[in-house]
Amino acid sequence: MDSNIQTRGRQADVQQRPQEEPDRNMPFVVPPVDVFEDESGITLLADLPGVSRERLGVRVDGDSLFIEATAAATGPDNMELVYGEAQVASYRRQFTLSRELDTARIEAALKDGVLRLTIPKLEEAKPRRIEVRVG
Amino acid sequence: MINASFRPAADLFSEWNRLQSMLDQVFRPAERSSIRGLTGSSFPVINVGTTPESIEVMALAPGLEPDSLQLSVDRGLLVIAGERGSQVPPPGDSTSVYAQERFAGAFRRVVSLPEDADAAKVNATYRDGILRVSVAKRESSRPRRIEVG
Repeated sequence: MDSNIQTRGRQADVQQRPQEEPDRNMPFVVPPVDVFEDESGITLLADLPGVSRERLGVRVDGDSLFIEATAAATGPDNMELVYGEAQVASYRRQFTLSRELDTARIEAALKDGVLRLTIPKLEEAKPRRIEVRVG
Repeated sequence: MINASFRPAADLFSEWNRLQSMLDQVFRPAERSSIRGLTGSSFPVINVGTTPESIEVMALAPGLEPDSLQLSVDRGLLVIAGERGSQVPPPGDSTSVYAQERFAGAFRRVVSLPEDADAAKVNATYRDGILRVSVAKRESSRPRRIEVG
């Protein structure tokens, strides 16, 4: 579950539960994500179907970014599930951020079950052209 | 003391075979499944439930434009089709892509409805990335109390 945000590949699919989680016996889904970076920062998109704003938690602790969410039950109360491909309503994923990212200015938007996190870079970390002087 | 790093090769292969069979157990498709329930490209993921009045199909399809969704009921089959575009920009000089795990492209999933489904009474809503299709059951098939005279 914990992966470096700038690491290529799919290592994140391996569920490695962090030690500090109090309810680590609760089953959860590792949501699929898209992560890309441009000059201004990193954008992360995560699929969290069934999650409303109140049930989503995004927090930064040190250099770790945590995404925790719970999907609301859909359907009427007297419904009996006859076929279920998704039976776990809890989502969790964790990323390790790097130093040049500005964690104080992370923006999160949730629309139609997709979380979009914008993680800007610190001003001094943005690329700049270095003048070459002719000596 | 036996050093674990110098075990004979045969042992290593048996370990490998054991691992292989474990993986086969996990990733092998279910021996018995509904003919339309094979999970090849499983987007969106689907749950189906019933109530005395209706059949509820829930498709976990986040990030869709409602007009890109096509729903149809034909001869007892509920078809959910549509397309979800990728939001990842093409990698260029200044863009790097680190993960692209979210589904992108066209999808189509088919659910066979039970015989008592009333294809004329279908209701669909899309909220928080979940498409909920509610198909009413025919009046005659609903449970009813029979008064004893």
